[in-house]
Amino acid sequence: MPLIKHPKIESLEQHVSESLKQQLSDEQLFSFADFDEAEVERTGLSNYSYWGSTLRAFAHNRLAMLLLLVMLLIVIFTFIQPYLPGQFDAFLVSNNEMGLPLRNQPPDSVHWLGTNSIGQDLWAQLWSGTRTSLFIGICVAFIEAFVGILMGVMWGYLRKLDFIFTEIYNVLDNIPTTIVLILVSFILRPGVGTIIFAMSITGWIGMARFVRNQVLIIRDRDYNVASRCLGTSTWRIIMKNLLPYLVSVIMLRMALSIPGAIGSEVFITYIGLGLPATIPSLGNLINRGRELMMSPSLRYQLIYPTIILSIVTVSFYIVGNAFSDAADPKNHL
Amino acid sequence: MASYLAKRLLRSILTLFIILTVVFILVRQMPIEGYFPNYEKMTEEQIRNGIHQMGLDQPIFVQLGNFFKNLILHGDLGTSRIYRNNVAVTEILAPKIPVSIKLGSLSLLLSLLIGLPMGTLMAKYKGHFFDHLGTGFIVLINAVPAAVYYLFIQLYGTELLNVSLLFNANNPKSWILPVFSMSLGNIAYYAMWLRRYMVDESRKDYIMLARIKGVDENSIMFRHIFRNSFVPMVQYIPTSFLNTVIGSIYIESLYSIPGMGGLLVDVIKRQDNTMVQGIVLLYACVGVIGLILGDLLMVLMDPRISFTKKGGDR
Repeated sequence: MPLIKHPKIESLEQHVSESLKQQLSDEQLFSFADFDEAEVERTGLSNYSYWGSTLRAFAHNRLAMLLLLVMLLIVIFTFIQPYLPGQFDAFLVSNNEMGLPLRNQPPDSVHWLGTNSIGQDLWAQLWSGTRTSLFIGICVAFIEAFVGILMGVMWGYLRKLDFIFTEIYNVLDNIPTTIVLILVSFILRPGVGTIIFAMSITGWIGMARFVRNQVLIIRDRDYNVASRCLGTSTWRIIMKNLLPYLVSVIMLRMALSIPGAIGSEVFITYIGLGLPATIPSLGNLINRGRELMMSPSLRYQLIYPTIILSIVTVSFYIVGNAFSDAADPKNHL
Repeated sequence: MASYLAKRLLRSILTLFIILTVVFILVRQMPIEGYFPNYEKMTEEQIRNGIHQMGLDQPIFVQLGNFFKNLILHGDLGTSRIYRNNVAVTEILAPKIPVSIKLGSLSLLLSLLIGLPMGTLMAKYKGHFFDHLGTGFIVLINAVPAAVYYLFIQLYGTELLNVSLLFNANNPKSWILPVFSMSLGNIAYYAMWLRRYMVDESRKDYIMLARIKGVDENSIMFRHIFRNSFVPMVQYIPTSFLNTVIGSIYIESLYSIPGMGGLLVDVIKRQDNTMVQGIVLLYACVGVIGLILGDLLMVLMDPRISFTKKGGDR
């Protein structure tokens, strides 16, 4: 059947194309339209804002809000603790009146959490250790996210690379991560850098696979096909169309890999491959506490680091989960 | 199916080969102290002779070739130098492996026995007290590092059960705590996923139809929801198997159980290169084999899963 155009439609089409030509030149038609919040509000279509709704949904979860506060306070406190009055240096060995080191002094008003087996203030050591452990955790989370996203996007977006990446993944994924962690720490010299490296070397794989699967799902959606047809560069499609879609879940994975890294540090310290004793960390403190746990009067040296460690890991875990629930648009009001 | 299996096996063998090569080359980069029990007292001459005898001065690929030849032809993993001087690694490992297997299988069994009923009950009483209790337990187990709660179980559990801190194979009571600690992670894992699958399943239309028809609630729960949710659970068995293997490293060392994991920690602390290499290789093999078995189990359990079309992800 030949296509018969209604005269009205024809005139309308003509009108539209003419008015478009009047308003926009070709150059303008094929330039990038950036997101402008003011422009959105002017149209008055919706006052929905993704981050606003996410924050509102998150605020509904009281427990998560409380733990977020606790988490922030702990992070801030680890930094300001050395500058507060009445604090000891983490490495200073305190002496008693006789000039002997104050060993295993139970908690009192001077040493709030007592002293350890060589006479260092446990409270100061604890915060110094929390600082180290948090630093390790956050570094690992960022490296994992960076490498994982980079590899994942390439893996998912560039079709030619998919086969190679998939084969590499299948081999790497078969290797137990803890074995890699042990082996790398065994071979390299102990230190903060080694631990971060050993943990990140396997951690990115999970993130890469996750990003790849998500990218595969959304890369051929209509808006991306349209962008490609209009000649948008791959880089821009990835940065503007793909990654914002993944932000919430990437943040969840980062929030969860922090407690994971802190836990791995404790484990690797226990098997004797952790940080040297001169760098306090939660793993070092717990391991030293473990050696003394047989005498009930000294158990405080194990229990206090454990309490801080559990608070940190549980808060990160719950806040991460609550945030990912809140970031899911299905849960927005 | 057959071609899938062949491919899967081939890939696993390739993986093992790569792991063996990488581990071998990495361990060669270690300081040579790890090959001599009394390195400090030795003269330059003696060290050079020793290295020559062990063939460590040959090019790395010749060493690698020799290693594979010995491994495949004689099942030889080298000789321990520090842990027990001049005893073959395989000979040291032989009595340790059964202990680890026994411990690991008991723990897997226990986690299934506790985890599955727990997940079922949580799904059944969703939103009620038991569900909240279970969720709390799952969050704690997932968030708090295992390295920490294992310690406290050992500390207070041994007081509670009135057993000694260290393992004694002849006292059945001393098996309880190690097996229980090793199971905790998997219990939480099984319970979490089973609950999720059962909750999803119970929202489906056929369940509603069964309710409308007046089918007994227990019968819906166990004959329909549980059975259908159990099949996807099989995919978590390989991961839980790996968790058990890894957990054994810490648990065995903590309770001084004469197994492979405890031995690994021991030889790391003493820097015995050949022993570390041997045990790490063994663990890598166990991991790879566990993943293959898990995949096979999945194929067998669910005829709907066909691997032939799948590409990247397992």
